This record gives sequence, structure tokens and C-alpha cells, in this order.
Amino acid sequence: MSRTRINTNPNRQGYFGSYGGMYVPETLMTPLLDLAKAYDQVRKDPSFRNELNSYLSDFVGRPTPLYFAERMTRELGCAAVYLKREDLCHTGAHKINNSLGQALLARRMGKKRVIAETGAGQHGVATATVAAMFGMECVIYMGALDMERQALNVFRMRSLGAEVVPVTAGQKTLKEAISEAMRDWVTNVRTTHYILGSALGSHPYPRMVRDFQSIIGKEARRQMLKEAGRLPSVLLACVGGGSNSIGLFHPFINDADVRMIGVEAGGLGIRNGQHAARFAGGKVGILQGTKTFVLQDAAGQIRLTHSVSAGLDYAAIGPEHSLLRDLGRVEYVHVNDREAVHAFDTLGQWEGLLPALETAHAVAYMIKLAGKWSKDDVLLLNLSGRGDKDVQQVAAWKEQQRA
Amino acid sequence: MNTRIDQCFTRLRQQKRKGFIAYITAGDPTLEQTLENVLLLEKAGVDIVELGIPFSDPLADGRVNQESAMRALESGTTIKGIFEMVGELRQRSQIPIMCYCYMNLLYAPGFERTIKRAARVGIDGMLILDLPSEERGNYATLLNTHDLNYITLITPTTPKERIADIVKHGSGFVYAVSRTGVTGVQSKLANDAGQLLKRAAAVTDLPLALGFGISTPEQAAAAARQADAVVVGSALVQRLHEAGRSRNARKQVADWLTSMVNAIH
Repeated sequence: MSRTRINTNPNRQGYFGSYGGMYVPETLMTPLLDLAKAYDQVRKDPSFRNELNSYLSDFVGRPTPLYFAERMTRELGCAAVYLKREDLCHTGAHKINNSLGQALLARRMGKKRVIAETGAGQHGVATATVAAMFGMECVIYMGALDMERQALNVFRMRSLGAEVVPVTAGQKTLKEAISEAMRDWVTNVRTTHYILGSALGSHPYPRMVRDFQSIIGKEARRQMLKEAGRLPSVLLACVGGGSNSIGLFHPFINDADVRMIGVEAGGLGIRNGQHAARFAGGKVGILQGTKTFVLQDAAGQIRLTHSVSAGLDYAAIGPEHSLLRDLGRVEYVHVNDREAVHAFDTLGQWEGLLPALETAHAVAYMIKLAGKWSKDDVLLLNLSGRGDKDVQQVAAWKEQQRA
Repeated sequence: MNTRIDQCFTRLRQQKRKGFIAYITAGDPTLEQTLENVLLLEKAGVDIVELGIPFSDPLADGRVNQESAMRALESGTTIKGIFEMVGELRQRSQIPIMCYCYMNLLYAPGFERTIKRAARVGIDGMLILDLPSEERGNYATLLNTHDLNYITLITPTTPKERIADIVKHGSGFVYAVSRTGVTGVQSKLANDAGQLLKRAAAVTDLPLALGFGISTPEQAAAAARQADAVVVGSALVQRLHEAGRSRNARKQVADWLTSMVNAIH
């Protein structure tokens, strides 16, 4: 196993190479600096680690299994396909790894109210869940369009006692929900912690969220060595803001022989502009606290995005991904809506697993290369979430195609 | 550097008067109307105009200013168009003008190129909402060397040492936000404001302007007792929007504004 030495920890200002930073209004600077300091302390504190690990095992159900997908292996013509079963986490996706970590941190900081944005609703559900468990007040901001697309998750959040606030500004999706959550935080900073759900936004979020999600890659690496006696040759994950992918990739960054592929949402196609593939159509800009690749016009106005999956429908990508792309360490590709919906069905029929539509993008890319994978390739895909939440959306999509 | 903003505050100090700063969104509903609005503001006695450059994702703004920015973008407003409008306006008015904007709008077309053009058309200063002192780097220096005031912003959550560091690099005046939160009207001024102004006055000689949420002559008068200038934003944006093109309604906005201005003198 050859090793490289890539430093992917941000500097003190929160920069991964030339990406990241803290581009926020002054009101948020003091709380963000306080948060960075508090996180730095707990990061090195064994008692925090122990507390987190005990909740991760008893409440979330970790470690999640590594599943050898036999039929898929056969169909794709490679040596083996493994699925990291984040869909088996409590609440049905990897999001809770981060919500739990941040809620514990918020509790240590004496904050009694938590807020979050959500796109697909998974982060909202995870946050509402841990808030209920810790007895914290919880408000979730969600784009009005996403509330329609993910009505089931809205119902779950409300049942868990969270207030779900529809955001009707702009495109009514994840981006607007983040802005609204930031506005709430600006107004209530003294009592409130903002549990940002992806490896996005101002420092320290990209690093903190990555660290909390790195449990995925750490477990997977250990499980691969134990069960397969080797490391995978290729890692695959979908990339919206980029938290499940960075969580899988990070512990493998210095394993030089492990190829990494991040799959973005190609929506209706790159050429017509209706997509969320930041590396295919974006350029470096500043959005919602961070400098990174952003879909924007020449004047710097943020472009509308489109994806069949609410969780990938976002104009910027986490800053660490921009660095990994520049370094050539991760390859970023995209698949379109149709391919993703097709993969949703295919994984269900091959393996009895319905993936989240977000995850289905990574599955789709894997299927797209069927027959082209090497006979020696051992693929590891992060099955970041389950697809129950998407059943209605997929049905509606199919209906629309027929019309 | 001696911008129109600097000259304005020098004059105000000599006359022992307080300044009145009024915010409007450029391009709401159109740039032609914005030009007329600036002239209306000047006539009503406003000292400095704060021109909002509409951004698709204005995360520091409340609903009124968000909607205003959306209307401006829908009418096709661009930074280029705004600069042309200011250039035209300069034939008719020398009122000090600062821009309120988000960083990506300066970064995307090239920061230095953009601010040079801003200075050339007659803009006097920039307030960049999402550029805290951590990120000011060379940007602050560039603004100052191109004869644009780098307007800094402090809030009730800004500690004393931070205030000192922030204002050290600023020029023109210091914008003190009277409360935590986004832009928008509120019923009474937060008590935080007085303390914040005191902390700032201890570390800078720059004029201090107090803003965020001022909507009545009483609030304006209260703010002016504590600060060198007051800023009125959303309340004005909302009134101008509701007035539309009606001459009568616009006259009422001008009268209200005059009453606000008179309240601080």
C-alpha cells in the first residue's frame, strides 16, 4: 500500500489551499470564532469522543455494516462491489453522524436551541431527532419547493417536535434555506447553535462536519481490511454540499492507490444550465460564507440549479472538494436525472436496496461504467441514505416522463 | 483621500450637526427610478445615499430588502448599469454615495477592476457585508488606494479588541449595527446600541453611524443623540415601493423623510 502525504486540514483562517475562509456578516464572526475554539477543544478531549461514540453506537446503531453486493459485482464485471450501509443509520442516512456531534457540542456550549437548514429533509430529520433526545428547542428551515418534494420528511420532523419553517424566497430550495437559517442565527446567536448539515459554509463548519462524518471512511477502511483483506481500488459517493463523500474519502486520502470519484447532479444537462454540477459549469466565487466553486453568471449572481434530488440541488460545493479537485486527488463526474432514477430502480432490483435519490447518482455512475471496470477493481460505494423518502418523487417523475 | 463622504462629515462636524444616511436598492423598480429617488432623497435633506447593489442571495437582509433586491434583479439591474446610472447622476448631483454589497459581485468580475470603475463614476465608498476583518486582506488597502472609503461595520456581538482592529483599517465612517439580526424595521432601539457606540468611540475618531431598524422620527432622534449619523433603510425601501410612480404618494414619502431628517437636527 503506497502512501502519499496530502494535508487536507484547513489553516487557522479556515482555508483548504485557497478555498474556504469566513465570508460572513460581522454579527456572525464572534459566534463562529467561539464555535471554532469550542470545537478545537472537544476535538482533543477524550471525554467528548467517548460520549459521542457511545451515542453513535447505542442511538445511531454504528458501526454500520459493509455489505458485499454479489449480484452487482456480477453485473458490473469487476472483482467486488461493497456498499457502506449508511442507510442503516437511525433516521435513514449519514446525516445524523454530524447532527449528533454538533448537538453534543452545542450542549457543552450551553446552547438550548438548535436550528438547521435542510434540502432533502434528511438533515432536518436527523437534527430534529437529536434535539428531541437532548431536550433542545429545534427549528428547521426548508425551501417551500423541497417541502413539497419531501413531504414525508416534513411530517417526520413535526412529529419529532421540531418547528419546520417554509422558506419562500428565491428558488425555494436548499440555498434559500441556508440563508434563512443564517438570518435566524444572526438574530438569536446568544441562545442558538446552527447545526449546518454539510461540509459547507464558513470555517469551522467544513472541517467540523468532515470530522464528524469521517467515521464513515474510518469504519469502512477497517472493515475492508478485515473482510476483504485489502483496500478498495475505487471509492464512489454522491456530492451535494459534500459531507457523505468527504466522510468516506478523508480517511483514504493518503492511500495513493485508492481512486476516488465524486458524482455531482447533472440534472437535465450541463449545456442547458439546469443542473448542479459545480465542477462542470461553475467557477470560483463566494457564497454563504465560503470561497469555492459556485454556479454563477459572469456578474456573480448565483445561478438557478436543478436536480431531481433535493439534497444535491445546491449552487456551491464544500471548499475541501475544490482543493481535492485542484490536486487531482478526487475525480468529479456527473450523471443526469434520468440515470439517477434508473439507478434507484436498478439497485432495488439487484440488491433489494432502494437508495436515496442523492445516493442513486453515485450508483448510476457505477452502473454507467459497467463492463468498463477492470476485472481487478474492488469498488466501495457509500450508500449514504435510503430511498423511502423518495418513492413519491420518483413516481411523480415517471408520471411526468410518460406525459 | 478626501471623498465626498469625508467632506460631508467634516462639514457636519463644523456645523455641529448630525448626518442622515438613507438606503435604497439600486434598480428597484428600475435604474431610471433610482436616479429620481436619489434626487428625491437629496431634496429631502439626506446627507449620504447608501445604494444597495442587488444580489441573488442577500443573507444579511430581512424580507423587505430581499424583495427589493429581487425586484431590482427582475428588472435586469446589473452592477454595470448601476455604475452608468451613478455616472449620469453625477451631472446633476454631488451627494455622497456609498454602495452596500456582497463580496461575490465584486469578486466575480474582478475586484480591482470593479472598484476602479466605481471610483471613476463617482462612488465614494463601499460597505461589503460578507467581508469581515478576517478576509479584508488586500481588499481594504485596494479600496483606500482607489479613493473609495472602506466602510467598516461593528455589531453588538463585536468585542472591544475586535472593534479596535476593525476600525483601524476603515475610513469614511463606522457603521454600527444597533442590534443582532438582519436589516428591517423594529419597534424600539435595542439598548445594546449605546454601549457599542461608547466602545467604538474609545478607539476611533471616525464618525459613528447607527443603523438597522430605524423607522420613526422618534427613533431617528434617539439614535442621533448617541451617534454622529443615523441610517434609515427598510422603512424607506418599503415606502418607496408602495408609492410606486404616483406623484402624490412619492410626495408623501418625501415629506415623511423630511420629518425624519428634521428630527435629528
